Amino acid sequence: MTKAIPTKAKTKTPAKAKAKAPAKAKPKQGDILLQMRNIHIKGKSDESWIDIINGIDLDLYRGEVLGLIGESGAGKSTLGLAAMGFCRDGCKITDGSISFDGMDLMQMDKSSLRELRGKRIAYVAQSAAASFNPAHKLLDQFCEAPLVHDVMSRNDASQYAIDLYDRMNLPSPETFGLRYPHEVSGGQLQRAMTAMALSCRPDLIIFDEPTTALDVTTQIEVLAAIKDIVKEFNTAAIYISHDLAVVAQMADRIKVLLKGDEVEQAPTEIMLKKPSQEYTKSLWAVREHTRKEQPAVKNQTPVISIKSVTAGYHSSVDVLRDVSFDIHKRRTVAVVGESGSGKSTTARVVTGLLPPRMGSIEFQGETLPAQYQSRSREQLRHIQMIYQMADTALNPKLRIRDLIARPAKMYLGLTGKALDDRVRDLLHMIEMEPDQFIDRLPSELSGGQKQRIGIARAIAAEPTVIICDEVTSALDQLVAEGILKLLDRLQSELDLSYMFITHDLATVRAIADEVVVMKDGDVVEQGIKSKMFKPPHHPYTELLLGSVPEMDSKWLDRLLDSRGKDNLGDAAIAKMNKKS
Amino acid sequence: MAYLLTLLWIIVAVLVSLGAGWCFRAFLISVSSQNMAKVFRTAPLTASFGLLVIAIYTSCAVFAPLIAPYGEAEILSYGFEPWSSDYWLGTDNLGRDVFTRLIYGARNTVGIAFLITALAFIFGTIIGIYAALKGGFIDQLLSRLIDVLMAIPSLIFSLLMLTIFGTNVISLVLVIATIDSTRVFRIARAVALNIVQLDYIEAAKLRGENTLYLIIREILPNALAPLAAEFGLRFCFVFLMISALSFMGLGLQPPSADWGSMVRDNADLISFGDITPLIPAGAIALLTIAVNFVVDWMLHRASGLKD
Amino acid sequence: MSNVIKMILKRLGLGVLTLLLLSLLIFLSVEALPGDLAETILGQQATPENVAAIRKELGLDLPAHTRYLNWLGGMLQGDFGNSLALKKPISGLIAPRLQNTLFLTLYTACIAVPLALILGMAASLFRNGYFDRISNATALSAISMPEFFVGYIMIYFFALSGYFPSMANINPNTPFIDKLYVCFLPALTLTLVVTAHMMRMTRAAIINVLALPYIEMANLKGVKPRRVIVLHALPNAVAPIVNVVALNLAYLITGVVIVEIVFVFPGLGQLMVDGVKFRDVPVVQATALIFASAYVGLNLLADIISTITNPRLMRQR
Repeated sequence: MTKAIPTKAKTKTPAKAKAKAPAKAKPKQGDILLQMRNIHIKGKSDESWIDIINGIDLDLYRGEVLGLIGESGAGKSTLGLAAMGFCRDGCKITDGSISFDGMDLMQMDKSSLRELRGKRIAYVAQSAAASFNPAHKLLDQFCEAPLVHDVMSRNDASQYAIDLYDRMNLPSPETFGLRYPHEVSGGQLQRAMTAMALSCRPDLIIFDEPTTALDVTTQIEVLAAIKDIVKEFNTAAIYISHDLAVVAQMADRIKVLLKGDEVEQAPTEIMLKKPSQEYTKSLWAVREHTRKEQPAVKNQTPVISIKSVTAGYHSSVDVLRDVSFDIHKRRTVAVVGESGSGKSTTARVVTGLLPPRMGSIEFQGETLPAQYQSRSREQLRHIQMIYQMADTALNPKLRIRDLIARPAKMYLGLTGKALDDRVRDLLHMIEMEPDQFIDRLPSELSGGQKQRIGIARAIAAEPTVIICDEVTSALDQLVAEGILKLLDRLQSELDLSYMFITHDLATVRAIADEVVVMKDGDVVEQGIKSKMFKPPHHPYTELLLGSVPEMDSKWLDRLLDSRGKDNLGDAAIAKMNKKS
Repeated sequence: MAYLLTLLWIIVAVLVSLGAGWCFRAFLISVSSQNMAKVFRTAPLTASFGLLVIAIYTSCAVFAPLIAPYGEAEILSYGFEPWSSDYWLGTDNLGRDVFTRLIYGARNTVGIAFLITALAFIFGTIIGIYAALKGGFIDQLLSRLIDVLMAIPSLIFSLLMLTIFGTNVISLVLVIATIDSTRVFRIARAVALNIVQLDYIEAAKLRGENTLYLIIREILPNALAPLAAEFGLRFCFVFLMISALSFMGLGLQPPSADWGSMVRDNADLISFGDITPLIPAGAIALLTIAVNFVVDWMLHRASGLKD
Repeated sequence: MSNVIKMILKRLGLGVLTLLLLSLLIFLSVEALPGDLAETILGQQATPENVAAIRKELGLDLPAHTRYLNWLGGMLQGDFGNSLALKKPISGLIAPRLQNTLFLTLYTACIAVPLALILGMAASLFRNGYFDRISNATALSAISMPEFFVGYIMIYFFALSGYFPSMANINPNTPFIDKLYVCFLPALTLTLVVTAHMMRMTRAAIINVLALPYIEMANLKGVKPRRVIVLHALPNAVAPIVNVVALNLAYLITGVVIVEIVFVFPGLGQLMVDGVKFRDVPVVQATALIFASAYVGLNLLADIISTITNPRLMRQR
């Protein structure tokens, strides 16, 4: 801390047109780049200040990658930005010290801080689509930081950009930068943003959930690119994520946060094998829950039968093509696919929100009217739905009592005391104390509790089938675990069938009896779970399964070795499509 | 020098208003329940001043006959009497007491503006939400129709309509309410469109609820907060518009007291350096400012609560 | 590129369609007149013979669609028919007044637009500071004042002391400099009201853009605040700001009617208000159509400009 501030010339990377990765030695202990001590950050909420970070210490060595892990509200992004001496509007650092390469960021004036940002500390945001300026070309945005900081000339910067685009496996690197952000895909944009962060060859990069918004097959190519480049340039990095398996691939060391406090930190290998704190263990444990596969039922009329459905929205393009599968009594069918695969559209066809162009939906052997408006109340009652975002699935102006009572009253004609008793029963079933919750508004509940109310509303109708649309993907892992267990229990108690829509294969493993894999509106493969998770697979299923990060820090390296750098994500899918 | 003095007066007036706002806020906090007191505590001085002004205008409008010293259309003297202890603000061109007419003006002008805004809201909101909920052809048809109607500036449109239907109170109310309801339709539809695409509306539709239930129980309660602020803004617009029409001699017809026509009837006095005609105009401005201040605060609160 | 041209053509087509519908609306609204135009004109002297004669003279005996086409055709050629009250061709009445009104609105726009943009940007740059708060409260007050109030205050302060004339009486022979002087007070009155609106909207538009993630990204790249505003925020705020300007210029159309009356300015607005008073239907129709066309045209222009400045539309994937 008392070390004299090094002169600029010493730390400045010489500007070279051709980027040749400097082969530095492994970081030595004691070669500290960033040191944060006793950081306190407060945020303004409704006229009062609340704690976001309460006294966290953080050390980062040169060339080291530190993983910051935590659930939503843990304060990981806030801490990451604080490492740049930056606070979002409505936040302030109230205490602590931040020292970067011997400089005290807390004492620096604004213009010196600006000198550092982009040049020596760079930032990669979660949503590249929102973080690139739509009005400028990618290359111009790449060159901005080198020009503003006077690191290299425009020509050199352009050359360097092409070089980086090439290393990142972006298509036609020579002309890639001449495109606008909206002209390239999400995975490419995220890599372009990483390239932009590297434009001044910074000492430190903050990665703030850079792959969270991407599909798993796309995530791989971004992870590979980031890992590769960080290693090659020997840049130090803070990698923020809620996904432990992802962080395990990237980080040398992992720090776990919970509600603004540090839980523990340890080198990745140790953290994965034997975490010391209960909270961390509970995070790890989530991955182990699985439900026993129910025995297949033979020769029984399926509860729901989707018969060669082809459907689409306004344009003439078909979003679903000839989709067929059955859902049997007391079984869970997981519909898996990435964004745009048509899994949610299938749900809309089943519920009658989107009449199919061809094909039909049968309920217990009888064909349902295509539109929900033409279905009878009884038909509507049998198929219920639980949504991804519990926030928007519950009317914020109605109390819990009314939310749950409405279906019971409508479908089953309950009133007065009987209705009240039923509502209390239902609350008991979802493990919520009626007296405590019955008169609350949704805004007074946590995310998991809201999702439980959504479940209660669905079972209040005494349905046969429940469609669960990504019900756990907006929730933190521990909470999601609780919801899955609840759904499990309700299934056996109430003889329910589930159509479970998800993009997350870990969830499929946990809850499914049968799996339907969808891609671009087609069913690629379907079958019982035990078979689906064993080879041989359809190539796409294999790609999907292979792309899910595992809790093993060597997983990505192994995958890259076996598949090769050029056979990931979009490229792999393109290759696969060409073959079939 | 005169300008400096005026500037000084303005500063004093602003300070006095803010002081009055501060006192009124303290009063509101002390008389209201705990929850409401918490809300008022966050009110800026401008907003509490606005609330005070609205309260004063409302009581003037309600108790006009009790407060006013003379009758609304009572002719008391020759025209244009100066300010005196008998006629506080003098008399107008026909010899009626200006102060009395100012009080009654609150009742007529504000009352009619409120009536028009309320009508426009009932009409515009229902159709707007209906269009958003139904979507498709009905929505397209209604929206395009409203687009065409909105392509005419509202003052010009109302002038055209008043030519046709004549300038009386009923046609004034109906014409302006209709024109203003097109603006309300736009907003209500936009607000409702945001709500309609939420999952709980889909859930209610799939449950088999009818349109009336959807509008009343599911959409309207969630649309009220954004629409309330909009009500204030629309009120200001309507209020300024009927004042402008009265000023042009096309609004409320005599002998009803009305602020806009009071300005026009006595405008000549200004050339003689008498500020009496400016008082009703100032009364219009003050109420509009007050409502705007309150709306600004409401909007700020709504946006602040979001993040 | 062809996409944009297609889009602009589509907008233009929509604009023309809107104008056609407007003209139809204005035409039909007169059809809905209680009684008959002829009876309205004659008032007390409406004997059946007189009415029939007038109907013949005005062509009211023809079927509605023929009359609409004749009326529209005349409008397009600059023939607006005859004023009922003044018994003169309307085009002759309108021409000089249209010029005057255009002069006043342009005069105002030249002052108000740059002023409002600068003030709006400044307020957004120093948002929540004192400058922002004071300018916001002032703008809010200015918006809230009826135009005639502002106008009379101007007269009270600047005309009574003899600095400027309280009546803006101009004619085609008035020299340009004198016109600027004579019209200063009306222009100032309009400026005050329009600037307040425009400034608030500009501020809101820029603040909206400033809250977006790519602005934070620019800050995190170490870009200077001024560069952030000029290079990152402004190009994306052009479309909303252009819309704001167009909307407020359109708002001028309403304001100008009232201001013309306060300052006894020989413009189109006065002509229209007189028309309404004497129920001079053809005059009201003609002026309403001119005002509405200006309004539609301005909005169309704003639409086209915001299309052209948006790279998403200019270069589609």
